[in-house]
Formats: sequence, structure tokens, C-alpha cells
Amino acid sequence: MSALKTSVENGIAVVTFDLPGESINKLNAAVKVEFEALLIGLRDDAAIRAAVLISGKVDTFIAGADIEEFTALTTRGAAERLSFEGQELLSRIETLAKPVVAAIHGACLGGGLELALACHYRIATDHPKTQLGLPEVQLGLIPGAGGCERLPRLIGARAALDMILTGKSERVSKALRLGLVDEVVPRSILERTALVAADRLAREGLPKRSPKTGVQGFLLDRTALGRRLVYRAAEKQVLKRTGGHYPAPQAALEVVRVGLEHGITAGLSEEHRTFGELAVGDVSRKLVQIFFASTALKKDDGIPPGTAVPRQVRRLGIVGAGFMGAGIAGTAVLNVEVDTRLKDSELTRVGKGLRAAATILTERLQRRRLTRQQFERLNGLLSGSTDYSGFRRADLVIEAVYEDLALKRAVLGDIEAVARPDTIFASNTSTIPIREIAAEARHPERVLGMHFFSPVDRMPLLEVIPTAATAPEAIITAVRFGRRMGKTVIVVADLPGFWVNRILSPYLNEAGLLIGEGVPIGLIDRTMTTWGFPVGPVALLDEVGLDVAQKASKVMYEAFGDRMRPAEAVGLLLGAARLGRKSGSGFYRYERGHKKEPDPAVPKLLGSREVESSDSTWVERRLVYAMLNEAAMAWSDGVVRSSRDGDLGAVFGIGFPAFRGGPLRMIDDLGAERVVETLRRLEDQFGPRFSPAAALVDMADRGGRYYPA
Amino acid sequence: MHDSRPERRVAIVAGLRTPFAKSGTVFRDVPAVALARHATRELLYRTELDGREVDEIIFGQVVPSVLTPNVAREVSLLPQFLPSVPAYTLNRACASSAQTVSNAADQIALGHADTIIAGGVESLSNIPILHSARFSQLLVEAGKARTLGTRVATLARARPRDLRPVAPAIAEPSTGETMGQSAEKMAKENGISRDAQDRLALQSHQRAAAATADGRLTAEIAPWFGGAEMDEVVTSDNGIRPDASLEALSKLKPVFDKRYGSITAGNSSPLTDGAAAVLLMSSAKASALGYEPLALVRSYAVSAVDPSWQLLMGPAYAVPKALERAGITWSDVGVLEIHEAFAAQVLSNVQAWGLREWAERLGLPGPVGQVDWDRTNVMGGSIAIGHPFAATGARVVTTLANEMRRREAQFGLLSICAQGGMGFAMVLERP
Repeated sequence: MSALKTSVENGIAVVTFDLPGESINKLNAAVKVEFEALLIGLRDDAAIRAAVLISGKVDTFIAGADIEEFTALTTRGAAERLSFEGQELLSRIETLAKPVVAAIHGACLGGGLELALACHYRIATDHPKTQLGLPEVQLGLIPGAGGCERLPRLIGARAALDMILTGKSERVSKALRLGLVDEVVPRSILERTALVAADRLAREGLPKRSPKTGVQGFLLDRTALGRRLVYRAAEKQVLKRTGGHYPAPQAALEVVRVGLEHGITAGLSEEHRTFGELAVGDVSRKLVQIFFASTALKKDDGIPPGTAVPRQVRRLGIVGAGFMGAGIAGTAVLNVEVDTRLKDSELTRVGKGLRAAATILTERLQRRRLTRQQFERLNGLLSGSTDYSGFRRADLVIEAVYEDLALKRAVLGDIEAVARPDTIFASNTSTIPIREIAAEARHPERVLGMHFFSPVDRMPLLEVIPTAATAPEAIITAVRFGRRMGKTVIVVADLPGFWVNRILSPYLNEAGLLIGEGVPIGLIDRTMTTWGFPVGPVALLDEVGLDVAQKASKVMYEAFGDRMRPAEAVGLLLGAARLGRKSGSGFYRYERGHKKEPDPAVPKLLGSREVESSDSTWVERRLVYAMLNEAAMAWSDGVVRSSRDGDLGAVFGIGFPAFRGGPLRMIDDLGAERVVETLRRLEDQFGPRFSPAAALVDMADRGGRYYPA
Repeated sequence: MHDSRPERRVAIVAGLRTPFAKSGTVFRDVPAVALARHATRELLYRTELDGREVDEIIFGQVVPSVLTPNVAREVSLLPQFLPSVPAYTLNRACASSAQTVSNAADQIALGHADTIIAGGVESLSNIPILHSARFSQLLVEAGKARTLGTRVATLARARPRDLRPVAPAIAEPSTGETMGQSAEKMAKENGISRDAQDRLALQSHQRAAAATADGRLTAEIAPWFGGAEMDEVVTSDNGIRPDASLEALSKLKPVFDKRYGSITAGNSSPLTDGAAAVLLMSSAKASALGYEPLALVRSYAVSAVDPSWQLLMGPAYAVPKALERAGITWSDVGVLEIHEAFAAQVLSNVQAWGLREWAERLGLPGPVGQVDWDRTNVMGGSIAIGHPFAATGARVVTTLANEMRRREAQFGLLSICAQGGMGFAMVLERP
């Protein structure tokens, strides 16, 4: 079956791209062959004056290249060739003597946008699903089919770099402003307008375009000196964002620069050369693995397929209008558009919670992600009370009250009294076993955990925690709901700390021990951000709140004994009424909520003297291996269902460096044997908490791995 | 006259309102539509009703916003309702939301609907201020101008006096008389003393304060989350004065006739912001959904008098009509709610119901009845609670229905006077 279907109307060929057996269009080898043939046909058929390219899919123009094909590339040469062939194909469209109009509705991304850029005219629909972007850098790649050349020529260096280096998508209004598309029309007249445009271009020739910029824009985009400033600024931004760990944005910048300064031929050759290098590079491989793992996870509902259907959640009840409860409410309303009722014991708390939830919407309104009308509609879904009014019809209730077992059980009791017997009850606890909360439940099959991370609207991970008694229907409902909230959802076992806090605990604790030994706070955090974490462990402790951290570490200590014996540092700071960022002081100083330098008062509080020459290698090793070792133990305890879930949990839950793939992937890359060896050395030097996990030792002996080699 | 009680009985399931607040206070920056939406949405939650069950939404508003002239439609577009729910806004002046309730009852009785939310809203903090006719014309003309030059030239024709804003007054268009002047006239013609008026005002405040303190009144109120941080929560009406005294009331100066008048700010209802909503269903629908109705709508009647006569005398005519349509007499009424626009107006109507002369005038065999204040306005009235014009009717219906249940009264009667010389009366009965 062919993906391209052509019909001719009044001398205009309408080419409909509809990849058989797929819900979206993507560019693969077979499609390219079809395009080759199509171009020859268009060129040679004298009856055809122009062409329109349109998609046959619902809300996708072309989502990009088929990434599976990239993973099959084994050599740099093969990857270079793939890019070169793409460039050649698109050049043939661009140089076709007959105008080609891209009629764009839905996602127009990566190779899809590169294809549209090679066309002579672009018309897009005004639909919110229509988004244009070059997300290649997010997979450690660069646009490899001429995108690095055509985009800056069309919209100017600054705007093009902004899109290419971040990989972000633009909505239609912005795309029109940038000159990325020529016309915006309602979907109902997309094809008709494209036909008219094609006819006009065939008769009158191509339109003259110049990037829509003012004097300043002209100087920056159109003069060599101005562009030099642009490159320098872009490079600075790239370094700040990638920390030097992700080569693609920097490489893309260089390709764009070569193209603009030395001509399109030099640029194209630099482009396919760079693409080849990156495509088989380690960073891109890791990012692609994570992309595939996330894609697979999105289809995994946490229960054997077909064992239950998710309940439709039309009303959400949230008990506890604090920061977490409000965050869950606002995020649910924003992404799921669900009727959400917030309950707390005092009206002022309810009001503050409603306000905090609404702030999530207000931010989107200010950033124009929501129209005023959408905002009003969503805001209409948010309400609250001090009684359980509105809870009787709740399909899902999430409690986010204080971490107190008796209180949580009481809330569950309340819900069982007021709500339907089939209302699903989720606890957003981070430390209390779900089965304990469910112990007195009349319907334990409806009880599970939904562990969100703070701030809820920004943290991408959700842990769903069923107990042995939880019904599959409850699990799939929670997983699907979390996913609709925009979360990456992993289903984890009801063991202390679940997955994320389990592997985080020894890492944070090790940071506390290092502080106690006099290692400067700044050094600890710098070491780990250099290693690739978005924030260092000490700053993270401040962020989480030292009271919360201490409570959690106590639970972990009780569950796992000596290897999780809490470091004294946190307790000592708490004794001095330092709670972290929320109280304005922790390990760092804060001014109006903004982190400043490490607080010089801390060493005195701890009675420690800062060690002058701390070796960052050992700092890094202790912190990293504490986490790797715990990940191995938690994995063998069955906390996660797969290595995939474990690694995604680490990447999305704590910002484990994506270019390292995740803790389990990292153990595979290092080799279990080497990891055990390092842990033994750490054990000798720093004590039995580094004693390697039995599973790791076993793996080292057998030569096992977490992922197939 | 035939018995107009319909085959399909109409149940009042529940009613709820926002706090009533003196204009320019806590709802100063809140548009009417937000108040209406709040009362309606909270009514849904309190009753645990699925919004998809609602067939129609009717709201009253006396001074609508120019930007949302059909406030009911904005309410029905709350995401809790189906977008296919139709909605309209009506204006029967101060009886507007009594009218929305009776319209809803008619529609349900006719079988055109099973479930309707009827309410009313007023924000006198947000009244439209108009331009002079000449300036409005210039603005329209300038809007049509093709070039900037013509536009500027058009607007330049405006003179300072054209820019004077025009605020709508609460005056009768047909007589030019304000509501207060009418009440003043009624007090004089009917011989209502200042002292009697102040005593009624005092009773209104004392009863409303007691009902607020013991929760009977606040039970009908959905708390409002105000302030920038939404933590300034308003749970009760802010016009009620628990410390009101006859002495203080008697010291107030008359407003409309400084020399011989008796109408003061103390014995009149204040300008108020607020919204109220009532949930009505056919009794079959109510029992199918498991609701125990507070009351059923038994009958209603609307009357009108010549505005140049005694403007607020409408209820004197409407009440006997409603009783007749209900097939009951005054003595059957267990609870009575009279809207208190002015104490003088209430007392004028009360007096009329009790007089033989009035009965003759109405062609009745005897007086309508004597008001027993132990069964009348038992939680106070509009003088204390406030009077957001179009929201008052729904407030009164709710209070009456709740009080009938508390007292296990078989019949309840409400009476509302309205601008334009109109009067509205309704009889409810316990199911």
C-alpha cells in the first residue's frame, strides 16, 4: 500500500500523505522512495502546473522522521548517508520548477517541518494542534535534512536558533509572525486555499519574502557582525542549559553558522557530517532510548492488558488544600479538565488552596497558553468547601493531608462514609505504607497510592502504588488519570520510599554525611550539577524542606536499618529552626525565596570545620554509588516492574542525568563487576553502608545485566 | 375560578445564595456573573446533583451588565452543565427571581422540563455608567471612520458637557419618582408612623442576627472566597446589625423629606450585591433522584397598580389572588415571608390586608388577614439581610421553604413588591 495518493484537479496535483497502518505520518525509507517517484511524476507530467501536499491523518501533518530507523544505524557513515539522502530529496522539491504548497494541519515536526520548509509556500490551520518545530536536539540530534539551512534563511538567524537549539514547537500565531508560514486559515478551507495558492504561484511566480524584522533585526540577522553577536549569545545560553553534557545544540549552532557565513553548500555538508557524528554518539543513543522507553510506558497501564477498563473520572475530590493538594487540583483542572472539589478543615485554607490551584491556570493565561475564555472555563471547574459536599459523586478522591497515619485513615473513613462504594481513594503519601492506610478500609480494593512530586504542575513523574488488595480497575484508573495530568506514570511496590525516595534517600543522606565531615556545601552541589543533576543534593534538601526530609529519613532508617542511619546535619539545622527554602534559611541563604550562597552560619551550627581541599572525585563517587547501590537493592526487592520504569523514574523523578540513561542503565554501562569493585572500595574506606547489593554481586558473578545487551 | 393546580407537581429541592453584601464592600470588584455562577455551582455541590440533569437555567437581573446582558447563559455555560442547556434572563424588577421560580414551575408543570435552576443576581457595585447620547453617537461615528484623521476629527467634536457620565437612577421612568419618595408618600397616605417603621427595622436586624448566630441563615449561604489570596472568606451578610437599637434608629435623619418625612436609611433596605439560586424539579424527578423536596409550588399571582398612585402596594392585590388560586385562606398559612423594601411599604401592605375597606375595594367578602409576626419574617428581612434586587425572590423562596420544613407548616406565603407598581405572591406547600 502506498503512503502518497495523488489526484489532479485543474492542473494542480493534490498529494495526500497517509501512511498505511499508522495513526500519524512519519518519514521512513519507503516513504522517501515514494517521494522520489512522485517528484519525477510531477516534473514530467506536462498537465501538472503545481502541487499541494496535505496530510490524510486526523491531527498530524508529519510528526517527523521514523526514529526507529536511526537506532538501526550502526556507523557514522550510514547516518551521514541517511542525512545526505534526506537533504538531496528535499533539494529536489525546492528546485522543482513547479510550485509546491504545504497545507499543514496538526503536528509538523522535525523532518516534517524540514519538508514543509523545502516547499515553496506554507499554509497552516489556526487549530491549537497545529504546531511547528524542530525537536531534534531533544534526541541529541540536529535537523539533518536541510532544516539548519532553510529555517534561518526564512525567518532569520535569531528566531531560527531559538527554535533549533531548544527544540521547542511554535503555535500557529507565532509561526505566522515569524514568517514560518505564509497564511493561516481555518481547517475547513485549508485544502481549498492551498489549491488557490498553488494556482496563483503557478501563474504569477513565487512570492518575494524577507524576514519580518525591524532595523535592529536587520542589523543582527543580516550583517556578519550582528550575526557574530547572535552566535555568541546563543552559545552562552546553550552552555548554561546543557552544562556541556549535551553536544547537539552546540553542534547545531555551528552548522547554522557555517551555512550562513560560508554558503548553503558548505552548510549542508556540515549538517550531514554533524548529523552522522551525533546519531551514533552515546548521548543521542541514551536520549533515544529514553524516548522509546517513555513511549512504551505510555502504553503500559500497570495491569495485564485487558484485565480491567479505566473508570471515567468526571469528578475529582481532593482532601487537603495545602501546597500539594492545590498543585494536584490545579494540574488536574488544567490538563484533564475535570470537575475538582477541594476540601480542608478551615475556610481560609480552602481559599488559599483554591487560589494556589488557580495560579497554575493564571500562569498559563499570562503566558498565553490559555485564552481568557479557556481560563474562565477551567476556573469554573475549581471549587472547595470545608464539608464533603460534592464528594458523593467523586470518581476519584486524592488525599493530600499531613503525613499522619491516623489522620489519613480518618479521611479514608470519611470518604467511605460520604462517597460511593466504588469511589477510588488515592493517598498522596511519600512515607506511609498504603496497606497501613487501607488496613481498616471497608473497600481496600479501591485504595492505592498516587505519589506526586512538588511542585505538581512542573514535576513530570507520578508513582502509582497499589497494595496486594487493590483492584486492577483502580490501578488502571489512577495510571490513566495521572497520564492525562501530563505525568510519566510508573507503578511501584508498596515498600518504604517507593522507588524515587528509596534511591534518593541514601544519596541525600550521604550528602549530609559529607557536610558533617566538613566538605563545603558549594563543592558538593557543584560536583553533582557538573555530573549532570539539575540541582545538587544539598540544594534539593533545602527545596524539599528539612522537616520533610528528616521525617522521610526516619521512616527509611526504621525500614532499612544502619545503611540509612540519618546524618546529623539535617537534625542540627532543624534544631536551629531552619526548614530550608520555605523558612528562608537552610543550608543556603534565601532572599525572597531565591537561593543565594551557602549560609556561612552552617559550619558553626554543625560544629564542623570546612575541609580546605576536598577531593570532588570522592564526593561524586560516594554520592553516585550510594544511589546506584540502593537502586540495585530496590530493583531486586521488586519495587519497580522493570528496569525501564526504574530508570525513567530516576530521570523524571529526580532529574537523574538523561544522557546517563538512568541508574540501572548506568550499572549496565559500567558493568556490574566494576560497580561491585568500586562499592567494595567505598565500603573499606567509609563503612558497611556501601556494602554492595547482593543482587549486584550475583550479577557481577554471572555477568548479568538489567537490559539486554 | 378553576383550580389551577397542575397534574405535575413542582418541587423546590433546595436553594442557596452568596452572602449579601452592601454595595461597594466585599463584592466591589466582583462581576455579577461571578456571583451568579458561585451560587449556582455551590447549589449543585450541596445537592450532589449532576449538572447534566439540569434542563434549563433562568436568572433575573434588574441592572444587567452591558457586556453580559444574558447572565443566565453565562451561568449555564459553567463546565458542570451541558452546553446544550438553554438559558434566559428576565426582569420583573425586585420580583425577578420569584418570577424565575414561577416560570420554572410553569415549565416543569407543563412537562417542558424536569429540572430547572432559577435564580437572580444583582451587583449594584457594577452598574453600567452611560455616556451622554451625543457622546455615544460620536463614538459610534468615530468607530466607523475610515481614516485616523476622520476619527480624530469626529472625536474632537465632543464638548466637555458631552463627557459627563450618566448613572442610572432608581426612579420610575413613568413618574420620575424615586423608590424612596414613593415609600415616603405611602407612609404619609397610609399613616405609618416613624416609630412603627423603626420597630420593624429593629425586628429585622434582631431576627437576622439571631438566625446568623444559630446558623439557620448561614445554612442558606455558600461562603465566598474573597481577597487577592482568596483567604478573606465571607460567610454571612454584612448589612445585619446585631447591635441595632430603637434609640439609634430613631436618631437617623429622614432621607427623602427632611422635614416631615419618616423614611431613613435605617428603615429601608440597603443597596446590595448578591446572587441566589433555587433548584426546582418535578416531584417525580425529585423522588427518582432520591431528593426529599422542601416544598411544592402551589400557586402564584402577579399584580400591578398605577405607579403614580402607591407604587409599592402591589402585594395587597397579589396575595389574595395567590391564596384564591391555591384554594386556601389566610388562616391556612403557617409561615409568611414579606420582602422588606421599606418598612413603610411592608406596613402599608400589612395594613391593607387587615382592612375591611381594602377587602371591599378588592371585591372580597372580608379582609385578607391579620399578619401574625411570630410566623412572619422569622429570620428577618431585606432591611437587615440586604436586597440585591433580582436575587431577593430566590432568597425569600429558599428561606420560606426551609422555615416551612422546620415548622412543619403545610402552607407558606411570600409577598414581594416591585418597581413599576407590581406585586408578586406565591404559595408553597409541604409535600
